[in-house]
Amino acid sequence: MSDTRKIAVTVNGKRHEAEVESRLLLVDFLRHTLDLTGTHVGCEHGVCGACTVMVDGHSARSCLMFAVQANGKSITTIEGLTQADGKLSILQEAFQNNHGLQCGFCTPGMLITLSEHLRDNPDPTEEDLREVLTGNLCRCTGYQAIVAAGLDAAQKMRDANAENA
Amino acid sequence: MGMKFFGASVLRKEDPALLTGKGRYVDDVKLPGMLHAAFVRSPYAHALIKSIDKSAALALPGVVAILTHDDLPEPMRSRRLPLYVPHPAIKQTFMPWVLAKDETCFAGEAIAIVVAESRYIAEDAAALVEIDYDVLPASIDPREAIVEGAALAQQGAVNNIVTQVPVKIGDTDKAFAQAAHVFREQFALHRGGPFFMECRGVVADWDAHTEQLTVHASSQGSHRFKRTFIDLLDLADNQVRVITNDVGGGFGPKGSFYVEYGALAAATMVVGKPVKWIEDRRENFVATQQERDQYWDMEVAVDENAKLLGLRGRLVHDGGAYVTWGLVLPWIAATSVIGPYVLPNYQLELIVAMTNKITCSPVRGAGRPQGCFVMERMMDRIAQEFGLDRAEVRRRNFIQPDQFPYKVGLIFRDGRPVTYDSGDYPKSQQMALDYMDWDNFRTRQEEALKQGRYIGIGLSNAVEGTGLGPYEGATIRVSTSGKIVVFTGATPQGQSHKTTLAQIAADHLGVSYEDVSVVTADTATIPFGMGTFASRTAVNAGSSVHLAAIEVREKIKKIASELLEVSPDDLELKDGAVEVRGVPGMRKTFRELAYNAVGLYGFSMKADRDPGLEATSYFKPEQSTYANSCHVAEVEVDIETGHVKVTRVLVNHDCGNVINPMIVEGQIVGGVAHGIGNALFEKLLFDESGQPLTTSFADYLLPMATDVPNVETLHTETPSPLNPIGVKGAGEGGTIAVIAAIISAVEDALRPFNARLTQMPISPEKIVQVVLDAKGKQ
Repeated sequence: MSDTRKIAVTVNGKRHEAEVESRLLLVDFLRHTLDLTGTHVGCEHGVCGACTVMVDGHSARSCLMFAVQANGKSITTIEGLTQADGKLSILQEAFQNNHGLQCGFCTPGMLITLSEHLRDNPDPTEEDLREVLTGNLCRCTGYQAIVAAGLDAAQKMRDANAENA
Repeated sequence: MGMKFFGASVLRKEDPALLTGKGRYVDDVKLPGMLHAAFVRSPYAHALIKSIDKSAALALPGVVAILTHDDLPEPMRSRRLPLYVPHPAIKQTFMPWVLAKDETCFAGEAIAIVVAESRYIAEDAAALVEIDYDVLPASIDPREAIVEGAALAQQGAVNNIVTQVPVKIGDTDKAFAQAAHVFREQFALHRGGPFFMECRGVVADWDAHTEQLTVHASSQGSHRFKRTFIDLLDLADNQVRVITNDVGGGFGPKGSFYVEYGALAAATMVVGKPVKWIEDRRENFVATQQERDQYWDMEVAVDENAKLLGLRGRLVHDGGAYVTWGLVLPWIAATSVIGPYVLPNYQLELIVAMTNKITCSPVRGAGRPQGCFVMERMMDRIAQEFGLDRAEVRRRNFIQPDQFPYKVGLIFRDGRPVTYDSGDYPKSQQMALDYMDWDNFRTRQEEALKQGRYIGIGLSNAVEGTGLGPYEGATIRVSTSGKIVVFTGATPQGQSHKTTLAQIAADHLGVSYEDVSVVTADTATIPFGMGTFASRTAVNAGSSVHLAAIEVREKIKKIASELLEVSPDDLELKDGAVEVRGVPGMRKTFRELAYNAVGLYGFSMKADRDPGLEATSYFKPEQSTYANSCHVAEVEVDIETGHVKVTRVLVNHDCGNVINPMIVEGQIVGGVAHGIGNALFEKLLFDESGQPLTTSFADYLLPMATDVPNVETLHTETPSPLNPIGVKGAGEGGTIAVIAAIISAVEDALRPFNARLTQMPISPEKIVQVVLDAKGKQ
């Protein structure tokens, strides 16, 4: 029962060292050990996607990973998505502008999934986004406004890159 | 005064926190010394508990306590949960004990609560609690449950019939005797469960020194929970506070008070520390209430012009193990059948059956989708029999705009006669048909068929009782800092109350909606509340905010007029101050006025003043408002695999005046997705012994992003005369009519196979069967 390991994990750029039970889920480590409660638990069987976080740059279900599996890795959660000055990111702002969230519970997973997808696919179609969002369930919005937010954010990111180029 | 924010698609005040991980859902609450709970649940649908052995579980390090029914504090131990909605027609009122006493009546019923230092340990220990059962015969199918000699769902019951009541308009038998045609249909209607993304959860904290219970709960109505704790423990009003912060979806079943909440209160009282319980998804599938099954056996009578003469039949409703919601659901279904049509004669035998399944609760739409489905599918059947266009049959039967207020002839769930307040149903349907180019669909369908594609179109109309009473309240207070706060018992789960209620207040107080804070669902801030269900908050809380804001505005003007020595009529509210019209420097800020309104220590108060810049209003609607919608859906069916692709959905919705179009749009579109789930995917399965077979999102399918189209919307705004802001409810209108529209569209796509579909959901298997059967006959 008290089988514990020492781990070191970087979360949103900050390094954390802790001794954790081997069976502790990554999502419980984030939420209850580090108090990063922005990541949510919706199903604990890897379907709903509310617990999605970025692990070394790739989206992953934090309910299907043990904290010890994150040892030495770098994790980004919803708390790490805002800009350095604390302002909403382009994607977060697009969610607000397009009413892409209602109860907000699936939102952390939606934001992480789309952050990854838009990073790798800057010019997605609506079908692309619907396909990639099949890994995240939402009961409130009917997905329409989330897809709209993703497309809106992609456009704004492209505009910003063009300006910086 | 002009309305600047009412009617505007302003951005939500809720969003910045929720988008940055700063929401405060119940599992985010962390109290000093907090312990964690897990439940031991019945593995059988119906059994007697012979003995419980806690010793192995208690021996596990980290386990603090294990409570069964015998360990509950009095008077909770001697009291079943109170029945929220009693009705004289309910013959048997079985309600659950907090922790099963000696009998369990569904698989998943809570028997013991384990309290431990962590949730992990609590679950380990729960698995070590040994319970000896005597398994009893279970009653599963409600149609079989009501037959004489069926296994009793509860020991001590006379039979499995909770209630059997007649619903009646006119003289139905006479109408049938004179009818040109009579058609019969049998409907099997399933509604699944809520499946909010955030499971249920409670943190309960008993302070033994002050003897006060504080509960954080994911709920749809904190005041109702408070009343139940008071009932179960005989506490005084000051001893219970229930707080609901952010809620990850509710859709009906989070409005119920569950036995787990009582057990959490008992646990914190026994161990003397705060205790948290967060439902996991498997528990959610076996212990959160569901809407499930209704079976309708109906006949419709029409004259030679396809006009309705009468409707009659029987409705059997699966009430589940306990009667928590009594008659509510089937009654709403029975009264929602009429929809936007003139139905002179109607007779229904309504039976609520007790079964050994989780208690039935309202889910988004709450019986209305089933009522709508029955009438709309009957309309399609009439059209088919007469060889008429489906829209034409409806046109011939609509209630006309000059017939309002229209008395249907039944009593609604609000206790008042069903009286439609306003609407224009023929226009609503015509707008929808024109938008979807309904008249030319047959041409498109034939073209598609030539290419081997099976496309179909369907339509459905609904009238929806919304804004149910008895009241919701709002207190508006200007803080002595000048900041404005609205307190209400309304309990949002994503509906954006913090934005829409602020919009209403802001216009009256001359500030931006961003300057108005809205505090919801904390029983310490407002004494009475009902909560958020039945598309009622805009009507009830919205009207209360409107009335209270006007009162505060008048108080502001009165005090300012005394201080500035001008008439109140010369004053206007602007940017957090009140100003003499046309004299910019002559003003008093809200801060100054609020300070003044509080009074000075020891000095006498003016006789015509009450303390503080605040007002409270409880709007009590005299009856429900009736919103309406017309849905048109297009689908494409793959006859090989049975897959249905919903290609288009249009909703023409009328919810009266719209406070925030963006938010209403979100409610409608999200509601449609829920309805698509009900039409095509969502089905809770049980085996013959009552074992739930769908206990994960791999077994029970929710619509995904690829399963729903971009929903198109039109809005008709027929203001309601029944409240000061002219609004009706919008939260459920997207769901109600879309199910019948989709099934109608699937049937239309399968015209070459003479399909007749009278069930929801429709599975791919059923579609393939219909196609194979038709081919076999050819």
